[in-house]
Amino acid sequence: MKREVPLIITAVFGSFMVIEYFVPHPTVTSFGEMLQQWAIIVVAFAYVLGVANIVRINGEKISRRSKDWPYAFPLLAGLAFMLTVGVVFGVGNGTLFNDFYLYAYAPMSGTMFSLLAFFIASAAFRAFRIRTVEAGLLAVAAIIVMLGRVPVGAEMWDKLPVISDWIMNAPQMAAKRAILIGAALGAISTGLKVILGIERNYLGGD
Amino acid sequence: MNRVRFLFIIAAILLFAGFGPIPCVSGAEPDSPSEVTLADTPHEEETSTAAPASQAPRWIDPDRINLMVILGLFFFLVLLFIRKAVKGSPLYVRRISGLGAIEEAIGRATEMGKAVLYVPGIDDVNNIQTIYSMVILGSVAKIVAKYETPLIVPVCKAFVVPLAEETVKQGYLDAGHPDAYNPDNIRYLSDEQFAFTAGVDGIMLREKPAANLFLGSFFAESLILAETGFSTGAIQIAGTANIHQLPFFVVACDYTLIGEEFFAATAYLSDEPKLVGTLKGSDWMKVFLIAALIVGVILETFGVTAFTEWLTVQ
Repeated sequence: MKREVPLIITAVFGSFMVIEYFVPHPTVTSFGEMLQQWAIIVVAFAYVLGVANIVRINGEKISRRSKDWPYAFPLLAGLAFMLTVGVVFGVGNGTLFNDFYLYAYAPMSGTMFSLLAFFIASAAFRAFRIRTVEAGLLAVAAIIVMLGRVPVGAEMWDKLPVISDWIMNAPQMAAKRAILIGAALGAISTGLKVILGIERNYLGGD
Repeated sequence: MNRVRFLFIIAAILLFAGFGPIPCVSGAEPDSPSEVTLADTPHEEETSTAAPASQAPRWIDPDRINLMVILGLFFFLVLLFIRKAVKGSPLYVRRISGLGAIEEAIGRATEMGKAVLYVPGIDDVNNIQTIYSMVILGSVAKIVAKYETPLIVPVCKAFVVPLAEETVKQGYLDAGHPDAYNPDNIRYLSDEQFAFTAGVDGIMLREKPAANLFLGSFFAESLILAETGFSTGAIQIAGTANIHQLPFFVVACDYTLIGEEFFAATAYLSDEPKLVGTLKGSDWMKVFLIAALIVGVILETFGVTAFTEWLTVQ
């Protein structure tokens, strides 16, 4: 029963959400909206599990003096601090929670994101090494596209932006859409497998 | 198939018991709640003579009938090939090197005495890629348990934590090594994208796993993760259906599962007839779509637009 009940719930509500897409009747859409609200509430409860996971793993790390245990201190302190500040003073504009989010978390997040520029450079260096004919074609296409997208490219040769646009709109778009169609069919068939209970690993044990 | 039929019947009974009989075409059954609502509107008198039936709430969206037909055909093909596969018809699946390399990567990690890192993407469970990543995680957990190699699973969404825990635990149980399961290796890091990225990078740099598996829905963090993993010398296998991230994985990883290959993982790894049947159904749907594309191109070339207009999603 531990498996059958979740499977039936998945089948019923999964089928309903598929049907809801095609049925604009208020009876169906309102129930669909209600289901989505239920999902939001269930997801909110999952944060309790998430926090419990963090506290358990890092708490044990500190108590056992495991490897890298000092890193667990700022993690737990930050969690407790933001939780307390948010609960006591609120989370709206001008609150301490919001200030810490904007002036501590956001810059750190931006720093991580900015690393992408350097990683793109190193990855591009490896991608454009011409070892095979295909790699050579890739490098030539990339140079044309890059030059075609900046003003200096048009200054060098006025046809470069046109060729660049053609590469992006014809061969690139065709390949991208082929991958997209395959991925979409894979996603739909996976959804069907989940609804029918053929894929059930994610449900865990009996 | 009996179980499939049973689930369908249960679903149908519950659905129709909940919503009553579907009224014909216009949806304007005399006693239906929608009819009452319309009759109560202040403009009822003005519109009564000209009130077309289409103003009543509809049970079928005519703009989406095209999608319904195509989806119905796809479901039919999938179920047909599942039936064929269950009956024992041999179905060929081409070799997918990225999936074949998963066991090789785990074997390498075992030889080196290091852990395997499995990142199930950064999306929530409402994304089918995350659900499928959990399915693949089950297969990976079985192999890892067989080799008695540690498996680290950093999680970005709180809701994925219990799913990942149950999946890995079941994998160890199926492999006959339930004692080897370590719940501390399923680590919820953060719901925030770059905080999670920093956390995973930290795990890669400190614990130096020998195999990194990035399978799921990834966004801007994909290259940061893959390049960090590359710098540690780990063998890396990635798979996603987010096409904008594929080039990054192709460049920085040893193997990449592109789009549909990602969704073929369990069929390929388990060789279970029902799962292989769904793959075949998808393949035949692709054949149908290619044929539709060719027909559409020919008709458009000769100025016949009805077919492409019918296929356009409103």
